[in-house]
Amino acid sequence: MEYLFSLEFIYLFASITFIVGLKMLGHPETARKGNLFAAAGMTLAIVGTIFIHEREVSSIIYTLIFVALALGTLIGWLVAVKVDMTKMPELVSLFNGMGGACAALIGLLEFHHNIGDPVAIFTIIAGMVIGSVSFSGSMIAWAKLNGSMRKPIRLPKYNWLNNIFLLVILAAAAYMILTGVESEVMLYGLFAAALLYGVLFVVPIGGADMPVVISLLNSFTGLAAAFGGFLYGNMVMLTGGILVGSAGTILTLAMCKAMNRPLSNVIFGAFGDDTTLGEGSKVQGSIKKASTSDVAILMNYSQNVVIVPGYGLAVAQAQHVMHELEELLNSKGVNVKYAIHPVAGRMPGHMNVLLAETNVEYDKLVEMEDINPQFKSTDVVFVVGANDVVNPAAHNDPSSPIYGMPILEVENAKHIIVNKRSMKPGYAGIENELFFNQKTSMLFGDAKDQLTKIVNELKSM
Amino acid sequence: MTELIDFISNNLQMIYIVILMIFVGVEVIGHVPAVLHTPLMSGANAIHGVVIIGAILVMLGSDPDNILALSLGFVAVLLGTLNVVGGFVVTDRMLEMFKKKK
Repeated sequence: MEYLFSLEFIYLFASITFIVGLKMLGHPETARKGNLFAAAGMTLAIVGTIFIHEREVSSIIYTLIFVALALGTLIGWLVAVKVDMTKMPELVSLFNGMGGACAALIGLLEFHHNIGDPVAIFTIIAGMVIGSVSFSGSMIAWAKLNGSMRKPIRLPKYNWLNNIFLLVILAAAAYMILTGVESEVMLYGLFAAALLYGVLFVVPIGGADMPVVISLLNSFTGLAAAFGGFLYGNMVMLTGGILVGSAGTILTLAMCKAMNRPLSNVIFGAFGDDTTLGEGSKVQGSIKKASTSDVAILMNYSQNVVIVPGYGLAVAQAQHVMHELEELLNSKGVNVKYAIHPVAGRMPGHMNVLLAETNVEYDKLVEMEDINPQFKSTDVVFVVGANDVVNPAAHNDPSSPIYGMPILEVENAKHIIVNKRSMKPGYAGIENELFFNQKTSMLFGDAKDQLTKIVNELKSM
Repeated sequence: MTELIDFISNNLQMIYIVILMIFVGVEVIGHVPAVLHTPLMSGANAIHGVVIIGAILVMLGSDPDNILALSLGFVAVLLGTLNVVGGFVVTDRMLEMFKKKK
């Protein structure tokens, strides 16, 4: 009893570190400490679980546990340390999937120990189904973000298909719980169906919305962990799981809010559908093309330049050249700032992390509300790989799907240069009248190539 | 119906925790600047790695002769560790960059 008592204490302490750690993560000054604090609590909880109990456990099992822990630590550490910062979102997705798979496996293993106990079977099946969906969904999200699965694949009437499939899974799960099915075949069938549902759930969603999906799947995994906590009566799993489930849901909604889109819109994908394409009014006119030397000259003789980075910058890995350009212009007496839209890159804080990595000074990154009034006195706005966040249709076209989304008001600047790979519309699938604006020049091509050329031109001036 | 009431009264403590934790989660995340959303998501991601405790409990309770159960349990612990370690380390890396800024 003494043993169990101290384990309960460790769990209590770990739960507190999770809550306090998460709270500290919400403030820039304490964030790093908060993360370490939660990690310390987690380590204690894991070590305590292994050593503090009164079971007879064979040494093979201990060996296996330690090998798995050592291997997982080594791989997890290496991957987390080695991966490029631009690949961060997909890495989070990958680790999330691992947690989901872990929850699913627990369900598979615990099933036959608990036959005849409908409450336990309920928590097992719920944890397994949610964990499986989170796992396969995260894997698809990961594939989409690292570019191995570019296009959203949409079966005809996929929303209907998915919902019906979900109902079938729920019905099968309810049947298994209520009738006390003992068959493992059915359990594995349900496992496979849940995995398939995870794939079907994420596949139709466009790559640009993946961060929202990851955040949602993140809260799913939290929920799956909480069901595990219920099963074992384990308080730290319960608190940690529910905490992440609830915090993750709020975070998901906050991300959607920053894009001014309801969550249902992200999941059921109204953007890019043929139905909405026709709705926004067609923008027509002629575009002006610029060469890299035009851009270099224009910037060289400007006083204030504002750079608007977007997902295209991250994809082209052009952040280092961007910083070089900024320093070069600075040395020539040009005042350069970055305008950061809250969902630039569709990942809140993505651009900040990316640019911070290249040592861009923090006070050069200006948030939307602060930079918008400054555009009037800006000579050149340089939009690199951003599109929807600078689309004036969000202000003046009520029929546009992004109407109402707060945008960077770059059209107030004297000159606008837009770097894009082609005229293809952004993720929202709508034309951008900014490109047809008389003040706008288009600079087509890969961001990294074009920026390198501009830097070279500037150097020779 | 009686089963449901039994369930609730048998698990009252846990139900309290669930309800309170939902509110704690909402409260903790509210009013966080958008800049920190990504590290926060990553940190939360690491915390749900607590599911590894379940995997360890499965292993501790499994029959040493059941190879299938042992190997699945092994994989579960491995995946849980990846979630925990990878999650915390990647969050730390992100936050390290924020630190440098001033």
